Amino acid sequence: MGLFILRRLGVMLLTALCLTFIVFWLTNLYPNLEKLAKTQGNFRMSDEAVTSYLENRGYLQPMPVKFGQWLGVVPGWVTETADGKVFGRCFIDGTPEADRDQFCGVLQGDWGFSTVFKEDVGPTVLTRLALTGKLMLCVLLLMVPSALIVGVLAGMREGSRMDRSLSTFSIATTATPEYVSGVIFIAVLASSRFGLSPLLAEWGWIDGRTLFLGSATSAMEDATFWNFFLPVLTISLYGMGYIARMTRASMTEVMTAQYIRTARLKGVKFSNIVLKHALRNALIAPFTVIMLQIPWLLNGVVIVETLFNYKGFGWLLVQAAANNDIELLLAVSVVSVIVVLFTQLVSDIGYVILNPRIRIT
Amino acid sequence: MEQLTWTGGMGWLNPGLGLAVAVMILAYLGQMVVSLVPATGARTIGSGAVATADQGISGLFGRVGSWAFRAVLVMILIYLVAGIVLGPAAGIFGGMARQLLPVWIALIVTFALSITYKRRLGLYGKLFDSTVGMIGFALVMFWVYTGVFGGVFDLLVTHDSLSQVSGMKNKLPGTPLARAEDGEYPWFLLGGDNLARDVFTRLIKGAWVVVQIAPMATLFAFMVGITLGLPAGYYGGKLDVFLSFLANLILAFPVILLFYLLVTPEIVLTGIPNYMAIFLFIFPLIFLGVLLNSRFYTQPSLRTPLLIGVLGIAGWLYLSLVSTNGALVDAPTYRLPGLPAAVDLFDIDPGVLVVFVSVVFVNAPTVFRIVRGLTLDIKTRDYVAAAQTRGEGPWYIMLWEILPNARGPLIVDFCLRIGYTTILLGTLGFFGLGLASESPDWGTTINAGRRLLSLYPHAAIAPALALLSLVLGLNLLADGLREESLRD
Repeated sequence: MGLFILRRLGVMLLTALCLTFIVFWLTNLYPNLEKLAKTQGNFRMSDEAVTSYLENRGYLQPMPVKFGQWLGVVPGWVTETADGKVFGRCFIDGTPEADRDQFCGVLQGDWGFSTVFKEDVGPTVLTRLALTGKLMLCVLLLMVPSALIVGVLAGMREGSRMDRSLSTFSIATTATPEYVSGVIFIAVLASSRFGLSPLLAEWGWIDGRTLFLGSATSAMEDATFWNFFLPVLTISLYGMGYIARMTRASMTEVMTAQYIRTARLKGVKFSNIVLKHALRNALIAPFTVIMLQIPWLLNGVVIVETLFNYKGFGWLLVQAAANNDIELLLAVSVVSVIVVLFTQLVSDIGYVILNPRIRIT
Repeated sequence: MEQLTWTGGMGWLNPGLGLAVAVMILAYLGQMVVSLVPATGARTIGSGAVATADQGISGLFGRVGSWAFRAVLVMILIYLVAGIVLGPAAGIFGGMARQLLPVWIALIVTFALSITYKRRLGLYGKLFDSTVGMIGFALVMFWVYTGVFGGVFDLLVTHDSLSQVSGMKNKLPGTPLARAEDGEYPWFLLGGDNLARDVFTRLIKGAWVVVQIAPMATLFAFMVGITLGLPAGYYGGKLDVFLSFLANLILAFPVILLFYLLVTPEIVLTGIPNYMAIFLFIFPLIFLGVLLNSRFYTQPSLRTPLLIGVLGIAGWLYLSLVSTNGALVDAPTYRLPGLPAAVDLFDIDPGVLVVFVSVVFVNAPTVFRIVRGLTLDIKTRDYVAAAQTRGEGPWYIMLWEILPNARGPLIVDFCLRIGYTTILLGTLGFFGLGLASESPDWGTTINAGRRLLSLYPHAAIAPALALLSLVLGLNLLADGLREESLRD
């Protein structure tokens, strides 16, 4: 087991390195750098001005050297301009010679400087990640129990009306991407002119003008049911159908097992069979699915944060990518790669622990 | 011309429809609640399957529900027929039903032919034994016919998808044109968007974009996945480790980040999408070549002309696909010459090409994993051992023994994956990546409409519902296919 985890961690590290290098390479292609120079400097820069801007900031060094500098295994660049200013990757102009660091990269804990937000990347990513963590936590709290309930209810009597209705419902949710359900929810529940809100306001059932708020910006400081439920529901719904279907499949399989038939023949009550005999074995497969669904939620988070204007990690990704903010984008991709690979690892280990029939060799 | 309502002259039927829907929902809910309480006299057969569905209160609820369901269907049919006969006099639905007449005819012909000959049509025919599969197939074919008739033949549309009509900005569905000229359709059936264009027309034109790109991209992804997944699963070893690592690498990327990195004008300038197109689109050629060669290599007199013919045509298509204006890659600093423009069959817009390539690139690793898993399972079967004993080559075994036996799950996944590709295309449009901003595809339209969502939701709701119904149709179709293919 220990060896297995070690090997998986090694593969994880290798994957993360490869991925960050790909992101690094794509963001450092010359047209992207030119766009960066023009957005940072001004849009009417001549070609020479662009070249000198990039040259001075170390962007035109060979790719492996730049990547090494970002990692912190190659000394950072130092530029001495014609008017005697000396600045580098690791220090600003005017730093005394003794205080100048040679290495500053990820290994030294320095994630670089965001060109869009004019801030250090590390704290920026952490603040945004905390906001998205809040969203994800709410999503999981809503999504997992409801998906499991739907799946178990559908799977306990295969072919019944309950099964067919709930299965149709789960298929419908997997066919509704976040940008479709979000748009529909906002139009139906959060518009002051259309859908339910005007009706409910007229009847005096709700205090405000709308049932829910169509923008989650205020939820960043103070999340309430009113401003936070729609984004959470939108993400949960898309992921829920898949988990519910997996739970249903696993539940129907367990319900046809020999030991359930034995229990039935012994005369155990149906509710006891479902809750005490079937449920534990039926929940092994959904656990894996839930863990593997978390990276998927990341996509949903990007869409929903854009749609509801919630400035979290997904919003950060869009801002960084749209503006070719290289170091921010690298940090964002490192975080998402870790999330993806870590959940895979947890699902593998958890599967082994939950299912004693599987042994890692 | 006055403002159209949703159902116009057929409004008298609305309370009936509402009542039937309410009765249906209540009856089905009632049946579900009752089924939670165990009935004392109920007998169950086998492993929990309900054999007593038509007994007692539960059965009563079920019967009421299914009658209400039939009533709903009949009433929808009445709306449709009335719409086709009356046209806009039967409201917006009537106007749309009349506009879509060619689609209804094509659907009826398809269904009539398929149901008549369903016993001779293999898996496709069996689809018509399952209600879910038929509903899914109808939804999918509705959009396919809509896309083809509207996109290629310009039949269903009421206006031009790009022209702006004065005074129609953000107008509600059913608004008449302020100054309709002769021969011009006098209403905006689904209203106008924020640039005063007809939402209905753009919906239909958008269907064509989706119906063109999504199945093709999925097909290419399958070619890549099959061509790499078969040897990875069959040979195993270092090849498998390497290819699986690459697949996991791509799958570890958040899709949206990948799109943002690949689908920007700056990346298009560098020519990377062209290189990826050259690489990814060669796989169907390899697949075809190996497929035919492994089968016919013992008969050179048949094999050689066949290969020359097939690979010649496929190669021509391939070169036409990857070369634009006589160049494979046309970066500012250099240029790789390709097929001369004179013999180039078609040119693909660079925006569309990059979208196409990235969607294939995202989908291929998942297909690879599925094919690899299936191969690992099937290669232990007896018929594979028999073929090995016979002395068949590895590629013959992979393509003519393993692949046909893996077709069931692959066909099901193909349907699901077209739906997923549609969602991905919508995601690209939603972030304004790739396709031009005036493109009528659904994702871009949703993106344009969401800014004014709480004031004028119709411009975003219409494409959202269209996308939802197409993907739902594909999922139901896949479900029906899975059910029927398991029944063998």
